[in-house]
Amino acid sequence: MRLTLKIWRQPDAATAGAIHTYEVDEISEDMSFLEMLDVLNEQLNSEGEEPIAFDSDCREGICGMCGLMINGEAHGPQVTTTCQLHMRSFHDGETITVEPWRADAFPVLKDLVVDRGAFDRIIQQGGYISVNTGAAPDAHATPVPKDNADRAFDAATCIGCGACVASCPNGSASLFVGAKITHLGELPQGQAERDSRVVNMVAQHDHEGFGGCTNIGECTAACPKGIPLDVISQLNRDMLTAIKHGH
Amino acid sequence: MTDMNDIFATPQPSRDSSSEQESDDAAGYYMPGDPIQDTKAPGGPIDERWNTRQFEARIANPANRRRLSVIVVGTGLAGASAAATLGEAGYVVKSFCYQDSPRRAHSIAAQGGINAAKNYKGDGDSVYRLFYDTIKGGDYRSRESNVYRLAQVSVNIIDQCVAQGVPFAREYGGLLDNRSFGGVQVSRTFYARGQTGQQLLIGAYQALERQVAAGTVKTYTRHEMVELIVVDGRARGIIVRDMVTGELETYFADVVVLASGGYGNVFFLSTNAMGCNVTATWRAHRKGAFMANPCYTQIHPTCIPVSGPHQSKLTLMSESLRNDGRIWVPKDAKDADKNPNDIPEEDRDYYLERIYPSFGNLVPRDIASRQAKNMCDEGRGVGPEVDGVRRGVYLDFAEAIGRLGRKAIEDKYGNLFDMYAQITGEDPYEVPMRIYPAVHYVMGGLWVDYDLQSSIPGLFVTGEANFSDHGANRLGASALMQGLADGYFVLSNTIRDYLADGPFEKVAENDPAVVEAQQAVQARIDHFMTNKGTRSVDSYHRELGNIMWEYCGMERTEEGLKKAIDLIRSLSDDFWRNVKVLGSPDGLNQSLERAGRVADFFELGELMCIDALNRRESCGGHFRAESQTEEGEALRHDDQFAYVAAWEWGGQDGKPILHKENLTYEFVEMKQRSYK
Repeated sequence: MRLTLKIWRQPDAATAGAIHTYEVDEISEDMSFLEMLDVLNEQLNSEGEEPIAFDSDCREGICGMCGLMINGEAHGPQVTTTCQLHMRSFHDGETITVEPWRADAFPVLKDLVVDRGAFDRIIQQGGYISVNTGAAPDAHATPVPKDNADRAFDAATCIGCGACVASCPNGSASLFVGAKITHLGELPQGQAERDSRVVNMVAQHDHEGFGGCTNIGECTAACPKGIPLDVISQLNRDMLTAIKHGH
Repeated sequence: MTDMNDIFATPQPSRDSSSEQESDDAAGYYMPGDPIQDTKAPGGPIDERWNTRQFEARIANPANRRRLSVIVVGTGLAGASAAATLGEAGYVVKSFCYQDSPRRAHSIAAQGGINAAKNYKGDGDSVYRLFYDTIKGGDYRSRESNVYRLAQVSVNIIDQCVAQGVPFAREYGGLLDNRSFGGVQVSRTFYARGQTGQQLLIGAYQALERQVAAGTVKTYTRHEMVELIVVDGRARGIIVRDMVTGELETYFADVVVLASGGYGNVFFLSTNAMGCNVTATWRAHRKGAFMANPCYTQIHPTCIPVSGPHQSKLTLMSESLRNDGRIWVPKDAKDADKNPNDIPEEDRDYYLERIYPSFGNLVPRDIASRQAKNMCDEGRGVGPEVDGVRRGVYLDFAEAIGRLGRKAIEDKYGNLFDMYAQITGEDPYEVPMRIYPAVHYVMGGLWVDYDLQSSIPGLFVTGEANFSDHGANRLGASALMQGLADGYFVLSNTIRDYLADGPFEKVAENDPAVVEAQQAVQARIDHFMTNKGTRSVDSYHRELGNIMWEYCGMERTEEGLKKAIDLIRSLSDDFWRNVKVLGSPDGLNQSLERAGRVADFFELGELMCIDALNRRESCGGHFRAESQTEEGEALRHDDQFAYVAAWEWGGQDGKPILHKENLTYEFVEMKQRSYK
């Protein structure tokens, strides 16, 4: 198929960017969206124009490195990661607009590449259970009811791609934070630090410039791993509890 | 000061394999070197060796640790766990990764599970059984001492991960669930649905970020190691390129740990992530670290086939699919493009069931892979033609769906069927899946002793980047185990013996070794940026990958390997003359990043072929067509090849030097396998 691509190009963080238009031809429907961009980049390279920078690594939907706004939707028209989106989701002659994640807390580094370091800094503020290597009791010392283990797992499948932030009109990372709060809060091992975790992670979230949650739900609709909206309810509930405990 | 020479073997009157090797296929391509040995593993009963070593390894004074610095390259299971643990111990740790976050390292993509000898099922598992299975699975090409230790610490890994909040699968009673994996007879695999690697890595990542907050670890994301700095015979630092600013930065430390993963991307197409590369370990190799058994490659039989020339990577599907799927190709090549549902039963060749009647579709990975290639080479492959050949075979669930019902198949394999449909656009409930083997893991890597120290003092190597535990073939669910064993439990207990002599004298910024390394890196970048070439980096990488896959893939021959070496050399010459890298070095430049990686893949690829050429036997993931039984089974030659091939860099225009480390088996008897 033949496509017109309108792609955001920006030389670096300090320079203004703009949409550039490119044509690609002979795109097979079996290509992934990123492979289509690979083809475009080969074309640009041979024409002497610098290839477009975009992030990707595992290309099997689990590392969370890739992420593009495609026609205004985070990861494009399917609920999946950009690397798992295939060209059969588009049709011959279509015009596709490709932009980086747009959020104050995710500055653009170049073209379609953004800095998501804010996520790591949020995790540093309590997204863990404090246990040094070698200090663990036997794994069977504390049984975990299956329902709790399953809910913890569902929340823990977050890949940290940032689609929730990119799709939220407020640029909020509440789904990301709520997923970690829920993952660790469902487990007996996570109880000791439950109050301080939510308080500190939310403080860092706000400090990074992410917006507040107003229950719009675009985040969960765009989430490639289907993290449910109720992790944000859990986040709020844990926050209330922590405040009650005097935090 | 630790002397390089202490790894060189004292003459062993009982065995001297160098004189026993009858073949010398690689003559002219290499130089024979002195035999080497591991001098760190204690002797005595195998179950006491690790305790003995932990006791004998000196402890760096806790007050001193704040002055002892460690560089860790890579943040996968082996790197993140090591950096976190060393940070907890009080060392000053710098952690580097090329991704934008430590959480994205490719350990994250591991699906199946992690082995541990917990014997929670009471089904007869034990440390000894896991040790035995791993030695046997490695086709008797790994070290007994290392493997026994791996099995011992496996139980601690599960405890640690559970305490961190890794949500392993559980039973209704709240206890951990296990499954049997990879054809072993006990259920020792812990798992978190099909995302075990992700969950374990997030556990290690969180432990790492906790240390960042504590101030013991500093992380450098989007930083790629491009050179190792060796001063006075010791590894003392690295040069990295800040991938955002393009700046070259030099970092010094008392010790350097490489946990940079495997080099499967030398094949271009593999199940590795796009960025996985050999540069960190290869730069260390060029500075004196021996590369061991580089030809040992694991190829996974159930991957989604290549759909066209644009393919950028391959996706693995769990081989549990072979439990219910039947593998076949048309008997007649002219049926290759027919709708498979229109090919009658009598015109299908269920070739694994035909050739291996007792194991059928459940033959080991390497056999299933090789036979699929044979069918496609005969012209009986299916699916789209890529470069004139159809590379795919059917994996058919029609019979299982008929027997068990669609619901049962959905319950068992639903997520895999969905993934297949997502990628191929075909419904595997209606049309047979197409599968083809793909490179998945490399057992080879930098040579290390029992302490995980390479042949360069002060350079330690963990996880897939080292060669130590899997021999010639890795068992399923053992990669995660090894990465975390090395990072959480082994390295911190061995590296302290080296660090007990530190802190070492500060390295001067203008030390000739530092300046030379910086200049070499700059010269390489300058070359790529100023070269007036015409071909893209990726086009060379693809062509190199094709050569490797064709001649150094599932089946290797003397003739093919020699041809491959010639092809690689001429392609490499052309690459240096004709590669085209646009943009600027002073900023984010993905073509430049790839150019450096591909340059190193060329040199590695040649060494892999030389290693494969030298090893005129078939073992584990290495199949030499000249060494097979009458039934076409892999045939080892223990009398000639029971050794680790540790290659020393012979210089840019020189030949690699082969050091052999004899493998002796005191506890397990060496046997040939049979799956007929």
